[in-house]
Amino acid sequence: MREETYFQTEDLSVGYNGKPLISEIRMRVKKGEILTLIGPNGGGKSTILKSITRQLKSIGGSVYLDQKELHTMSGKELSRKMAVVLTERIRPELMNCEDVVATGRYPYTGTLGILTEEDRRKVRDAMELVHAEELKDRDFNAISDGQRQRILLARAICQEPEMIVLDEPTSFLDIRHKLELLTILKQMVTENHVAVIMSLHELDLAQKISDFVICVHGDRINRAGTPEEVFTSEYICSLYGLTSGSYDARFGCVEMEAVKGTPEVFVIAGGGSGIPVFRRLQRSRIPFAAGVLHKNDVDYEVARSLAAEVIAEEPFEPVSESHIRQALECMKQCRKVICCLESFGTMNAGNERLLQAAQQSGKLTTRI
Amino acid sequence: MEQKKRTVRYCMAFAILGALLVCFFLWNINSGSIDLSPREILDIILWHKGDDTSCSIVWEIRLPRILAVIILGGALSVSGFLLQTFFNNPIAGPFTLGISSGAKLVVALLMIFFLSRSVSMGSGAMITAAFLGSLLSMGFVLLVARKVHNMSMLVICGVMIGYICSAITDFVVTFADDSNIVNLHNWSLGSFSGMSWENVKVMAAVVFLSMIFVFLLSKPISAYQLGENYARNMGVNIMLFRILLILLSSILSACVTAFAGPISFVGIAVPHIVKSLLKTAQPILVIPACYLGGAVFCLFCDLIARTLFAPTELSISSVTAVFGAPVVIYIMIRRKR
Repeated sequence: MREETYFQTEDLSVGYNGKPLISEIRMRVKKGEILTLIGPNGGGKSTILKSITRQLKSIGGSVYLDQKELHTMSGKELSRKMAVVLTERIRPELMNCEDVVATGRYPYTGTLGILTEEDRRKVRDAMELVHAEELKDRDFNAISDGQRQRILLARAICQEPEMIVLDEPTSFLDIRHKLELLTILKQMVTENHVAVIMSLHELDLAQKISDFVICVHGDRINRAGTPEEVFTSEYICSLYGLTSGSYDARFGCVEMEAVKGTPEVFVIAGGGSGIPVFRRLQRSRIPFAAGVLHKNDVDYEVARSLAAEVIAEEPFEPVSESHIRQALECMKQCRKVICCLESFGTMNAGNERLLQAAQQSGKLTTRI
Repeated sequence: MEQKKRTVRYCMAFAILGALLVCFFLWNINSGSIDLSPREILDIILWHKGDDTSCSIVWEIRLPRILAVIILGGALSVSGFLLQTFFNNPIAGPFTLGISSGAKLVVALLMIFFLSRSVSMGSGAMITAAFLGSLLSMGFVLLVARKVHNMSMLVICGVMIGYICSAITDFVVTFADDSNIVNLHNWSLGSFSGMSWENVKVMAAVVFLSMIFVFLLSKPISAYQLGENYARNMGVNIMLFRILLILLSSILSACVTAFAGPISFVGIAVPHIVKSLLKTAQPILVIPACYLGGAVFCLFCDLIARTLFAPTELSISSVTAVFGAPVVIYIMIRRKR
């Protein structure tokens, strides 16, 4: 089967009341792919999603679904190709979860909407796929947020679409349910060969699950590409305008702002042993220095975000004499020295000299 | 297993409503100024046997009245159900939103106009007038609904619109000089009395046709229960759907107001009770059950209105309010939680 673009937009402009909010939007997604929209709150992710699902009239440009212009399609035709999971909270009266999922069969049922045995089987299958069989008879308003999102996903699945659009499907969910939902989604994309467009707030998850990422900020698409192209620390910091703290794209984690000033504590660390100490010092608002860290050490990445000063060595090189001297100099100015290491390897032998110097000066401590 | 239990529940609910309908039908036909035994009534209905007075009482007064109650009571409660769907508001109804009162106003104005020229109004003209009045009130309510999104606020605005219409109606009725004003006054309070076979035929035709359309809407209504955006994604033409909802609920409630005046709370109480009885909101079940329930409820209330202080007749609205208003209060309290 030849892989071709299933959904694409050309110079799409979206906005409200005829005023464009974002213009020149170009998106493409193939079946079996996940396209994720990221960007700050109020940036227009939902506006784009509403426009491509025809909830909102687009202002200019065109949207093609399966080689066909979106606005030329009938509601019924579109409903068999595209399903949605929206952010709005729905509170349907007296509907159990099975009823809610069954509404997904709407495009396929007859005039009165009576479900056939075939429809019922598809509803059951969809619920099984999201692991929600046991919720069948529960009142939709009485289940948890995580369960609710799974039911709504099952509803979209049993609509048998070729594309699913999800607006922030993981908001309000705890970490376990976020992972569960995205795992189900990913599995569905690969097995059922559907295209997915969604918006996510969780950058770490977006980075791992998406095949393609679009960054929405300002009045244009700020950047688009594979997660590897988009997720660089500098870019994410500028996209979200991070002024306090920083974002580490490699680990997808956020660090608080470093405490600036003359270092009061010197931390001898390496191999991840320093991270908890760094974080505790940052919490206590104590400026600290860290060293000597290899640049390929995990501690180095965190220290770079949190320490007032970092003394670093090139990867895979033994700690050099000049860096040791620099570190000793720095230690002199500090009140305390904390050593997180218990043993030192060949490459790290220099740090053992730092420990000895600290012991002699009486500054070595285990408490902050 | 669960599916089976549900099916049993639905069958039971319909059986209960059907049985109640038959019961109240017989009870209604049996009670009144002259006492007739069930046997006599059966003879009169089936074979026209019996003395002339009893025969004409049953055929000319009781039967048309009872049939009107059944037709209009059902129509009123379905109209309420449609409005609740439209506004996504459990306490929306033709009375609370002022739609009945709007219809009442236009009908009263037209009646007085016709009476002053000594022409009597036909059923068709009455319904048309009531329909225009309903749409007028509905227009106001829709305007308010664009600004107000709070469900209680919307209903309060509706009640206000209703009061304004009622006030104007009272004003006009007070100053209209005619001997027929007594009838007009009775009607403006709500009453099922004085139904003719001609009335019954017209209302049956209008309500029957509208109900077919309502029933055909049950599929989009079920999609609409998940909210407008999901419904649109499922391929519902929202614009058309909404227009149909408005038109059908207006026709149904206009038909009621034209013949029986404004009747309060049936449109809210009955759909609510029926849904709790069925334990589902599936329109395909709720719509017919609402119709049956409305008929039963109105038969019951009319029975009380007629017989409690006989020969003085109570206005039907005061009876329905006694039983309907507590249901509204209950819904409001339960919603708050």
